Amino acid sequence: MPHDHHDHLSPSGHPYRADDDHPLTYWQQMEIAIRELLIEKNIATAAEIAAQIDAMDARSPANGAAVVARAWTDPAFRNDLLADAGAASAAMGYDIGPMKLIAVENTPEVHNMIVCTLCSCYPRNLLGLPPDWYKSRAYRSRAVKEPRKVLSEFGVTLPDATTVRVHDSTADMRYIVIPARPAGTDGLTADALAALVTRDSMIGTGLPKTVQDS
Amino acid sequence: MAERRYVRVRGDMPPGHVRTPAYLRGKTGWVERTLGPFPNPEQLAYGVPPAKLPLMRVRFLMSEVWGPAAENPQDTIDAEIYSHWLEEAPHAT
Repeated sequence: MPHDHHDHLSPSGHPYRADDDHPLTYWQQMEIAIRELLIEKNIATAAEIAAQIDAMDARSPANGAAVVARAWTDPAFRNDLLADAGAASAAMGYDIGPMKLIAVENTPEVHNMIVCTLCSCYPRNLLGLPPDWYKSRAYRSRAVKEPRKVLSEFGVTLPDATTVRVHDSTADMRYIVIPARPAGTDGLTADALAALVTRDSMIGTGLPKTVQDS
Repeated sequence: MAERRYVRVRGDMPPGHVRTPAYLRGKTGWVERTLGPFPNPEQLAYGVPPAKLPLMRVRFLMSEVWGPAAENPQDTIDAEIYSHWLEEAPHAT
């Protein structure tokens, strides 16, 4: 029962989070020290730092979804995206900063899936912050060892004839999957198509929604 | 299709900041594309002026990486490996 332990739960039924009455951790101290130095040395203002944090929080998978929907509807853009995903996204108006991006396309023959086994590299400048599971040791270790099993846990079962191509972002590049365009979407506008493109479909752990799902 | 250029990832296990995953060391794959040159992360991590090195996207078969334990031998893993970690390999193993 959700309300059995009233002492530990808020009125909305969630556990109380303990106050942070403990010394700063090493990295908290480091963050404060660097932020204060940047301000003291007139490299950045507090307002600029807050604005940058806001900008990062505001990025969402909707940006990537718009890129994918355009690739589905504009063959020249699709070619540009596959040739240089960073330049194509920037040309579309997304500020991807210094990020170097590769787009990989799903076809009936190939299913692509992205992982960073070493840490949590993710195309944040286009998709926003990564989901927690993307950073988990379980996903990072299993995606390269048993990707089909991981995919099946995400509800994606592929025919044996489809090659699974796992991309481990070990160094400078970031990756976005261009999922296959769902059937029955011929008449849809790019905006309507973008609504079908999920975050997981751009990581390769999901498929786009179908017209029936949405 | 162009002929595949096979490369083997060095089997070394040096200490420090290295962006070559241990599970790929000693494994042979082929160059999917060449990127960079980018600054060597092993020097960047320690504030040493970095050399600019080519970065290879190397494609490995699951059967090469995991042997008989591979989930599906023909599936692949692509990883970015800095050129100083790679040596030419005559053919697939």
